[in-house]
Amino acid sequence: MNDRAQGAGLSAQRINGNGAVRHHRGTVREALRTLGNILVKELLQLRRDPKILPILFIAPVIQLVILGYAATTDVRRVELAVCDLDHTAASRELVERFTRSTYFKRTAVVASQPGLDALLQSGTARIALTIPVGFAAERAAGRPGSVQLLSDGSDAMTGTLGLSYATDVLQDASAAGDAQPLVELRPIVLYNPDLVSRNYMVPATLAMIIMVMTMMLTAMALVRENELGTMEQLLVTPLTPGQLIIGKLIPFALVGLVEVFTALPVVLFWFGVPLRGSFATLILLTLPFMLCTLGLGLFISTLAQTQQQAMMLTAFVFILPQMLLSGFAFPIQNMPEIFQLVTFLVPLRYYLVILRGVFLKGVGFAVLWPEAVTLSGMGVVILLLARVRFRRRLG
Amino acid sequence: MLRRTLAIAIKELLQLRRDLRTALTLLAMPVLLLFIYGYALSFDVQHIRLAVVDEDGGRAARDVKDAFLESGYFDLVAYGGDIRTLDHMFDAGSAQAALIVPPRYGDDLAAHRRTTLQFVLDGSDSQTATTILGYARQIVASVSPVVPGGARDGPVAGVPLVWYNPDMASARFLVPGLLAFIMMVTAVIATALAVVREKERGTMESLRATPLRAIELLGGKTLPYLLVSFVAASVSLLLAHLLFDVPVRGSLLWLALVMLLFLAVGLGWGIFISTLAETQQVAFQFGLLSAMLPTLLLSGFIFPISSMPSALQVITYAVPARYFLVALREIVLKGAGPEVWWNQALGLVAYGVVVLGLATFRTVRSL
Repeated sequence: MNDRAQGAGLSAQRINGNGAVRHHRGTVREALRTLGNILVKELLQLRRDPKILPILFIAPVIQLVILGYAATTDVRRVELAVCDLDHTAASRELVERFTRSTYFKRTAVVASQPGLDALLQSGTARIALTIPVGFAAERAAGRPGSVQLLSDGSDAMTGTLGLSYATDVLQDASAAGDAQPLVELRPIVLYNPDLVSRNYMVPATLAMIIMVMTMMLTAMALVRENELGTMEQLLVTPLTPGQLIIGKLIPFALVGLVEVFTALPVVLFWFGVPLRGSFATLILLTLPFMLCTLGLGLFISTLAQTQQQAMMLTAFVFILPQMLLSGFAFPIQNMPEIFQLVTFLVPLRYYLVILRGVFLKGVGFAVLWPEAVTLSGMGVVILLLARVRFRRRLG
Repeated sequence: MLRRTLAIAIKELLQLRRDLRTALTLLAMPVLLLFIYGYALSFDVQHIRLAVVDEDGGRAARDVKDAFLESGYFDLVAYGGDIRTLDHMFDAGSAQAALIVPPRYGDDLAAHRRTTLQFVLDGSDSQTATTILGYARQIVASVSPVVPGGARDGPVAGVPLVWYNPDMASARFLVPGLLAFIMMVTAVIATALAVVREKERGTMESLRATPLRAIELLGGKTLPYLLVSFVAASVSLLLAHLLFDVPVRGSLLWLALVMLLFLAVGLGWGIFISTLAETQQVAFQFGLLSAMLPTLLLSGFIFPISSMPSALQVITYAVPARYFLVALREIVLKGAGPEVWWNQALGLVAYGVVVLGLATFRTVRSL
């Protein structure tokens, strides 16, 4: 064991020595040619697996379509159960207000309150409105008429939004009385005037696709070479570790870029998400992010011994927590302070600001440079770290 | 038959034990996710970055501003009289909402004239924006005097009451979904990779040369992962109970039964994938597309099914996690018995029979 390690160490030294000598001779062209050779080899290898290619290009589109349709936070048609105990014109008018709004869908009407129990339990209703006896009489006397809103808290998103919609409806009902509040609030919604959640979520899925494809593929491909023992063969070639790394990473960077180009038409034309900024900015600012994901892929490959491990590590340690802590679906501002600090270490966080900025706000370098600089810095650091580990592993 | 199945199971377990990193990831991942879900994620919008442009400068204007700040939802990031600074603040994201108080706001109020407050809002994140607008409406309604005089109806007041999860803790809501996700991933992907790995390394040939029958081989291959997923899910449930006070209101026995049903479906799916893929990379991609993503997105875990387009709602019936999640929430949060969720369990059983049948059929043929 010890012998082998020493032997390997020697061979690594020899390789390094060779690389240094070559460099000294100044044959940059030769180094580039070697690099080109690895690139060709890697691309050929990618083409040889007949099932991987269709997956590479179909998978992102499927992901995008599912995410685009499913990842909607526009809660509409909240199931509403109504229990009107007052039976007056005023109470019927209030019920009418609820059913008329697009937010609610009346799924049940019950005659007495205990009937609501079963409806909420089975999920037939998420919100239950009860109008007590005397509601109209109270209001006619100028006193507040109160109604009860029961909400199903086991589905937090529908529950919270359902309650806030209901409050809106009640406020409209109050305002429709003779009393007019003096101050009116006039909202102006920027960037996404119709408040379509798709415009926010779909550009972000581009980031997810890039992450899954570049990070995961890099990690798994490198580990596969380890597993199959072909990494050893590459070691005896006169390649420097730097050349080896670059040669291994560039094909995946290309795959990542191609994926962006495949997915972009779906984003723009299928989902109709506006691209208000420039296309060039988008692509240029994608590169620093890919630097990070490729670096992380390389880093993971130095941690994992088998493809199964690489897959698990990437999916659960690097991708899922990043998605949760980047503001992808859960806004960062809602998190406790400690977690907000953690999010600064998440590359995806910066890239999402870039993506959403370019797509929805139409901003460019002038606004996004802090994110771009941070991402580039992170990418370089990650790559350097990965390179150190990679070399140690080879040695 | 049982002995041979067990022998394979023990071999697989030994292999898993040697591969400590995978085993650790499988057990540590749920805990990590649980922490993030429990502590970090929430739908309550807070710390809204508010800029106030006060073109009035009087006391009434300051009262509105204070009402926003005292609500506890808003953080004041800028206060001034210049509307032109807003543009950049919104572009850079340093402001999310801006309140613009017009000149003569105070005078208008004092003279009982109607007046308008402008509320500019970053709509990129529509969900957050909707919530912010709701807050703003309530605050303005609370500070606004009403036109005096005349007979009028009283206002309508809503008394909200939240059941099952009174403080709307997202941990309580998300834990069932998390369980489904963890179980699906370990069951489908780990099983598929474990079988395909034997193919990739050529050890499947040696297994084929033994007097093992297909059923025994499959049983032995899946049992360890059944065990691991079940343990991982139980540990997460226990932790969720201890740390986040997630109650288990229904019977533990029913809970275990439904979990096992769901696992059987997942394992069947994993084996089915393993018959389609020749390499672990391909198997993983299949697993990702057919199990992980649908469980995350199409099961009602995070995004409510009732808000999806109808075509997609139909597709969700083909996602086993959908049935599992409904049953799980009913058992864990609502304490409901089988009379409420029997149809979900039935859906899982039907799914399991089909998937396991398909998987066995394809494996028998390929062996």
